[in-house]
Amino acid sequence: MQVRLTTAPFVQAEASTRKIMRDVAIALLPVVAASIWFFGVGALLTLAACSLGALGTEWLLGERRGLGSLADYTAILTGVMLALTLPPALPLWMGVLGGAVSIALGKAIWGGMGRNLFNPALVGRAFLQASFPTAITTFTAPVESFWQLDSALFAPPLMRAEIDAITQASPLGAAKFEGVYANLEPLLLGNTSGSLGETAGLVIVGAGLWLGLRRVFDWRLPISTLLSVGLLSGGLYLLAQGGLIDPAGYYPSPLFMIGSGGLLFAVVFMVTDPVTTPLTPKGAWVFGIGVGLLVVLIRLFGGLPEGVMYAILLMNALVPLIERKLQPRLFGGAR
Amino acid sequence: MSWGLPTFRHGVHPPENKEATESLPIERVPFVREYVLPLAQHIGRPAKAVVEVKDRVERGALIAEPDGFVSTAIHAPVTGTVTAIELRPHPSGKLELAIVIEADPFANQRMPKTSGLGDLSDIVGRVQRGGLVGLGGAAFPSHVKLSLPEGKRVSFVIINGCECEPYLTCDHRVMAERPQAVVRGLQIMMEVLGAERGYLGIEANKPDAIEALRAAIRGHRGLEVVPLAVKYPQGAEKMLIDAILEREVPAGGLPLDLEIVVNNSGTAAALADLIDDGLPLIERVVTVTGPGVRRPANLLVPIGTPLMALLEHCDGLRPETRQVVLGGPMMGQAQKRLDIPILKGTSGVLALTEVNVEAEQPCIRCGRCLEACPMFLNPSRLALLVRAEQVDALESSHQMSCFECASCSYVCPSRIPLVQLMRVGKGLLREAAGR
Repeated sequence: MQVRLTTAPFVQAEASTRKIMRDVAIALLPVVAASIWFFGVGALLTLAACSLGALGTEWLLGERRGLGSLADYTAILTGVMLALTLPPALPLWMGVLGGAVSIALGKAIWGGMGRNLFNPALVGRAFLQASFPTAITTFTAPVESFWQLDSALFAPPLMRAEIDAITQASPLGAAKFEGVYANLEPLLLGNTSGSLGETAGLVIVGAGLWLGLRRVFDWRLPISTLLSVGLLSGGLYLLAQGGLIDPAGYYPSPLFMIGSGGLLFAVVFMVTDPVTTPLTPKGAWVFGIGVGLLVVLIRLFGGLPEGVMYAILLMNALVPLIERKLQPRLFGGAR
Repeated sequence: MSWGLPTFRHGVHPPENKEATESLPIERVPFVREYVLPLAQHIGRPAKAVVEVKDRVERGALIAEPDGFVSTAIHAPVTGTVTAIELRPHPSGKLELAIVIEADPFANQRMPKTSGLGDLSDIVGRVQRGGLVGLGGAAFPSHVKLSLPEGKRVSFVIINGCECEPYLTCDHRVMAERPQAVVRGLQIMMEVLGAERGYLGIEANKPDAIEALRAAIRGHRGLEVVPLAVKYPQGAEKMLIDAILEREVPAGGLPLDLEIVVNNSGTAAALADLIDDGLPLIERVVTVTGPGVRRPANLLVPIGTPLMALLEHCDGLRPETRQVVLGGPMMGQAQKRLDIPILKGTSGVLALTEVNVEAEQPCIRCGRCLEACPMFLNPSRLALLVRAEQVDALESSHQMSCFECASCSYVCPSRIPLVQLMRVGKGLLREAAGR
């Protein structure tokens, strides 16, 4: 008998960090498939570019400098998530750069997995938004055929990219700046313009339900975010309909607010990131409500049509404060 | 099965693994040659030996007396001769002073019952002289719980029949086979403490025990059997009180602050044996189980029986056994040697064939440990504070309220040794307080 001495507990729940990451990867697969379905081989190239940037940087800073590991799947998840938040005809070199920044500034400099304050994919995206504000807000319609490639994808670094396809405002941009509201149907199915992974609402919701049922994330985070956006925008919508506030103002219906833009994708895959959200239950509610509030504020009253990215990054920054204020109450302690 | 039944908040659901032994009747193990009785086998000061080497002792005779109030007596589990009083391996991993008795192979080993006692005069002294301790695992001297401090009163006595640790079935079998003794023990406690109501809290995975106890309380006033949802660590006093009475024992306080006393079901039966029949605590029921045991069993074992003898009685260990644990898999202790005795507090012997040696991963702040912790602590944060040795922050984050149930370690997907870190944290605070 070969004895090994360990200490209690001698049993262990099945869920492991690797399995959690694997579940997130599985949930991303249908979203990836939808992005390729709607945006063709170009989407595949963007996914590859972002993943290349992320994996290469993880290898350089992580494996070589001890600030991460390729084995925990997180780098590829970050790369894929970043790609899914990018427009279809973004030059590929920007994707590689974004992936690299996601890992370098989003994760490695914080000390590696589990220590980062901000969502790594959104750090990469914010970097691209600040650096290339036009390219990242230029959207094209879904492709006619799988092999249809936009030459803008292959623009050399730092050179002007010409987009072949007819650009088409995202549903949020069209609504905010042109007063044209998309129907709910394309928002749910995905055959509309937008970032690669954000258009197919139903697919994303399905992936989210699957993750939720497997208890991969804290359900409070997505639910509180959706409730916050829905109730706030719904309230404003009703006030505008009733003539209590300027009915000519931009007050879209709550269904449009939830179904359009990157909200659903972010709710399922970014608001639920355990590392960058509060781990106390009350903190999770505050975080979700805050994200929803900021999304509505930025979309309706800010200069940008979309505000999900900044809403999450701003709330990420508040996580330490939220946790400090909302530690759980001790059993038998004061209520 | 247990939807809607009362329970406490948070906690975990480890696989129960009780099938192997839950329906096996308690069987008495044969006497062996040598018994080892450490003087330290209860919480409090070790007992003081009152016998000398070469003394002949009768089964049930006092061999060590209590040393102070929080201490208790020890009795000879067999008729035989004291062969040594020396340092012997102890389940704690240390060597401890122990009385070694060699059984007389010709003695009949029958215990004369002093029947017809049953009166409750000087109960605290009799329980202490009877060597009774809590049989749930902690081995806290029972007479202390039966003596009320000045100005305190008790309204409720709760019998703990949760047996929430996976694998263990010794309490289950005692409740199913000796429900009258359990109920009698509860009534003795209630009478001594002046309590009006008695509860028997039992997890719903022991339907036969629930039935048996319900039958046993029929016709008695003020008693209630409360089936509870199956969840770990419901057998922790504070959790059991929360489950049954929906009341929280104040942080740092005792059940007595809520006029409650909690005792294990096996302890209740042993109390009845002691008070009604004059039997001191010289044997207990031990579950021997786990995938490494050839023939799992619930055994009635004389205290001091060598662990090896128990394992041999169960046809020995399978070669794939990797670890032998005393107690349950959540809070038990792995043993590095098998030449140790069964103590008053030994509820189970587990032979495990798998050892968790997965490498620790970084914390991903998933919050599972917060949702598991029955004391509503934040183990994730406490672990960071322990590693940074932030003693003040540990104090204000209630590190001392942790009772090491290991639910946090059980659920952690990154395999962070949280409960070990909690122990280190408590050590840091004790060290700081002692300075």
